[in-house]
Amino acid sequence: MLNYAWLILVFPVLGLLLNLAFGRRLSDRTIGWIASSAVFLSFLVAVGLFFTLLGMPVEGRQHELMLWQWIHVDLFRADVKILVDPLSVTMGLIVTGVGFLIHVYSIGYMEGDKRVQRFFVFMNFFIFMMLTLVFANNFVLLYVGWEGVGLSSYLLIGFWFEKPIAAEAGKKAFLVNRVGDFGMALAIMWIFKLSGRLSFLDIAANTQAIAPAATGIALLLLLAVTGKSAQIPLYIWLPDAMEGPTPVSALIHAATMVTAGVYLVARTFAIFLLSPVAMTWVATIGVVTAFFAATMALAQVDLKRILAYSTISQIGYMVLGVGVGAFSAGIFHLMTHAFFKALLFLAAGSVMHALHGELDIRKMGGLREKMPQTFWTFLIGAAALAGFPLFSGFFSKDEILWHAWQHAHWMWALGLLTAFMTAYYSFRAVIVPFLGKPRDKYLFSHAHEAPPVMTIPLWLLAMGALLGGFLGLPHASLFGKWLEPVFASAHVGEGAASGNLELIFMGISSLVVLAGIGLAYYAYMVDTEFPNRFRKSLGFIDGLVQHKWYVDELYMAVIVHPLWELAGWFAKFFDPKVIDGTVNGLAWVTDEVGGGVRKLQTGLVGWYVFSLFVGAVLLLGYFMLVW
Amino acid sequence: MSLNAMPLLSIIAFLPIIGSVILLLLPGERAQKWWSLLITTITFLLSLLLFVYWHNGEAGFQFVERFAWIPQLGIDYHLGVDGISLFLVLLTTFLGPLTILFSWDIEDRLKTYLFLMLLQEGGVIGVFVSLDLVLFYLFWELTLIPMYFLIGVWGGPNRVYAAVKFFIYTMAGSTLMLVAILALRYFYGSFDFVDLLQKGTLPATAQMLFFAAFALAFAIKVPLFPFHTWLPDAHVQAPTAGSVILAGVLLKMGTYGLVRFCLPLFPAATVRMVPLLMILAIIGILYGALVALRQQDLKSLVAYSSIAHLGFVVLGIFALNPEGISGAVLQMFNHGVSTGGLFFLVGMIYHRRHSRMLDDFGGLWAQLPVFGAFFLVIMLSSVGLPGLNGFVGEFNILVGAFQASRIAAVFATVGIILAAWYLLYAFRRVMHGPLDKPENKVLPDLNAREIIILASLVVVILLVGLFPNIFFDKINPSVLNLVHFVKIHAAPALVTPLSTQ
Repeated sequence: MLNYAWLILVFPVLGLLLNLAFGRRLSDRTIGWIASSAVFLSFLVAVGLFFTLLGMPVEGRQHELMLWQWIHVDLFRADVKILVDPLSVTMGLIVTGVGFLIHVYSIGYMEGDKRVQRFFVFMNFFIFMMLTLVFANNFVLLYVGWEGVGLSSYLLIGFWFEKPIAAEAGKKAFLVNRVGDFGMALAIMWIFKLSGRLSFLDIAANTQAIAPAATGIALLLLLAVTGKSAQIPLYIWLPDAMEGPTPVSALIHAATMVTAGVYLVARTFAIFLLSPVAMTWVATIGVVTAFFAATMALAQVDLKRILAYSTISQIGYMVLGVGVGAFSAGIFHLMTHAFFKALLFLAAGSVMHALHGELDIRKMGGLREKMPQTFWTFLIGAAALAGFPLFSGFFSKDEILWHAWQHAHWMWALGLLTAFMTAYYSFRAVIVPFLGKPRDKYLFSHAHEAPPVMTIPLWLLAMGALLGGFLGLPHASLFGKWLEPVFASAHVGEGAASGNLELIFMGISSLVVLAGIGLAYYAYMVDTEFPNRFRKSLGFIDGLVQHKWYVDELYMAVIVHPLWELAGWFAKFFDPKVIDGTVNGLAWVTDEVGGGVRKLQTGLVGWYVFSLFVGAVLLLGYFMLVW
Repeated sequence: MSLNAMPLLSIIAFLPIIGSVILLLLPGERAQKWWSLLITTITFLLSLLLFVYWHNGEAGFQFVERFAWIPQLGIDYHLGVDGISLFLVLLTTFLGPLTILFSWDIEDRLKTYLFLMLLQEGGVIGVFVSLDLVLFYLFWELTLIPMYFLIGVWGGPNRVYAAVKFFIYTMAGSTLMLVAILALRYFYGSFDFVDLLQKGTLPATAQMLFFAAFALAFAIKVPLFPFHTWLPDAHVQAPTAGSVILAGVLLKMGTYGLVRFCLPLFPAATVRMVPLLMILAIIGILYGALVALRQQDLKSLVAYSSIAHLGFVVLGIFALNPEGISGAVLQMFNHGVSTGGLFFLVGMIYHRRHSRMLDDFGGLWAQLPVFGAFFLVIMLSSVGLPGLNGFVGEFNILVGAFQASRIAAVFATVGIILAAWYLLYAFRRVMHGPLDKPENKVLPDLNAREIIILASLVVVILLVGLFPNIFFDKINPSVLNLVHFVKIHAAPALVTPLSTQ
């Protein structure tokens, strides 16, 4: 089985090529099923790999498979080679499993769009690139997947490219990610310069070579993480990315691609562990992002944007997790988040589908009776997101907070405050659209439940959001047991945690979550004037939050505009006037000094055309004679 | 017949030239077009023999032809290719038939136009295979003439100014090179590149003068900042096929000259000049990209992008390590394919719309889906997306540069962000947004001929991106040899000075 691991990459390519070649002659539905089947076949391969690894002794669960030699220049050797280990297989399962459900959902969601073929080609391409990213055995191949998913993201955000706002959002996503990739590229160069190695296992086995520059390298990698995983300071592209079709938001901008940064830290943990400074930076960026994004989620009225900011916030938790060395906890939250956030987005898509694209929650209300399945699945997703006890997000988030406490108490406290806000805004997103009375009669009267091709994936994801947490029960974590061997070298000498204390912490966070939910209920069902009063009492902070802390404006003013103006000055003045002016000036002087009485142009042209003719004829004649 | 007995390089270089003369005798435009296509295609197929019969792992020159040509002056007819020149020859012969195909619609003085195109191709091949400096110089000058006329006769409104500027600027640089070539002969008694390598090196100060004379000629050709202003003028005015040849291969004569002649002939000077050239290269990367960002004319935007891309090539060359130089050699090839492709695309859109101004476009993807798909892939190749050709060259250049100078690599890497900026900006302005201009709603999508041209380029883009070792296998030995040679000859004290004969 392990030697056929490459098949997981082949199926999405096959699906893509089939649809590309024959898509024009196929019905939209067939195109959708071809693309979905391709992802499903990859999922089967992932399942096969999972059980194969499970059947092997723990320390031997690591297999490298060479596909072909790629770039060899002197010592620089990057190959197309894949690494099958519990980490890559876990990611593979999430990507293909959740990916398959979202593909199926899209068959219903994209029905009637005029470019269904293009949509599914891009989606398959994304799955292929994401799998390349997670199965790459070396940095350079990972980089292919890393920018490849960025490309898919660019194409799919701008899928409705006629809308200028969507086109701009796609471009912004790609460019901001390129800033992150700048860090990735330099980190790879630095690692290679110091160690001469590029593969993850080689680097992990020879960390002493890069130890002197570990902080620098790890911080460069962190820059890449903040780009791809939408963390401070590069998170600004993700909210805009919601302009893409909703299945894209679910798959790429919630469940899989944006978590690639968390995967990267886990994959290269050996480098990060060399530098406690860098690890502290990772954890700090994570928890601060989690907090700030949650404040911004509080102020949004667009259902998808609420979810977008909550994604940034939740990835912040994951980054916090890997930053405090709890790698498998971070990946565990990545998995549960993939379930519940994909679910929330798809359910939001179902709402949007029913309301002719309306996303403003202030215009919704009472949708529960019109679309019960969407409501119940959304509720399950929101409960998981809020960390409601026993739902999947509860276990994974708590594990991270528990590790954060051991690392630094303030991180735990900030994380807990964030959990309170999360519970509040996620239930706000349930209560306002689904409960109460309809606010817009027209929209309400046209609302309808989605077809089964959309609701069945919702229910399957809801199962994951409901039950996924039990894979990672404290002290009996199947997930941890499966994944920990990958990070074995990271846990030397870590003391056993006190079981009782951890249970107490679970109790505390349960209370906080319940309080958040209770407040949301009070504010939107009981005393509906409360939110406005509360906002007034905040004063100018409310304005800051409403405007997303003016971060976009700041970047425009400090970076983009100055560069744009500088470029304009170069293009309109410096290049034509100064540089070219000097060149033409020299030509003019030469002409004058040479005694040319006639004007520069007529004089030179005539003379040169003549001499050229003579020269050309002479040269040609000479060549012919010699030959 | 054994391949060694066949003067393959002479055939490849002179087939287009002879073909161009025969063309003059052919009646009828149809015959002339097919003849040109036939000649360039045969030339391409013959050049593939170089690839097929290549001795992998050999660092020296292959397919060598040498005999005394003008013995009184010591000028030999000496041809050969190695890993550094092989793919430039292939690039030239590959673009040949594509440019002819593109020119199918030319109506104005077609015969002369095709004559010049063929002559141009032969001349450029000659540049890349000549190992005698005088022969090299003759071919070098020969390439000037057809391009001068292509721009000056078939160009845009300001063609005469652009053509003259192109000609004089290049001439000014090459005149010094000619003086340097003659001086080399005076000191060493030889015009032959291979002989010169074996004669030891000059004192460092003398080397500096020679280096300056050669490098100036090459820097203008590349063009390296601040010698670049002839390029946008030439590109904007040139007909599309002319731009493709200009960007695709003529500029490579500059970077090729730096690697081929400046590095091994003047190694001590090279080492001293590294900081200056790296700085100019980095300025070129950043400055070219920023200026490209603010161009209204799509062609001008691509022209400035060339300045940035060739800055990468020069940076790789002067990293003076295998990663940098191999990357640079591959990137010369890549740039020819990608930027050649961009110029083709601009030409195709101009042919339909009679405009290249960004303001005149918007939303074309809805109207031209096939064009859009090709534009996307070729743009991404130019952006350096991993998995496509540009990445492989660019990344090796950066890896090489990082080993030579960390700070240089940091600045150059900023260039990959800017490259994405100006190209995505252009793509956004042309292809995305609403299709709101009535003139754009009637544009026809690509025809079969255009699809053949672009599909050929895309095949090469993917081939290099996914299987670059096909190329590196042949490039690396020569580059390793060169790096080694420069390293051991860079310290002038160790070498016997001035051995005049």
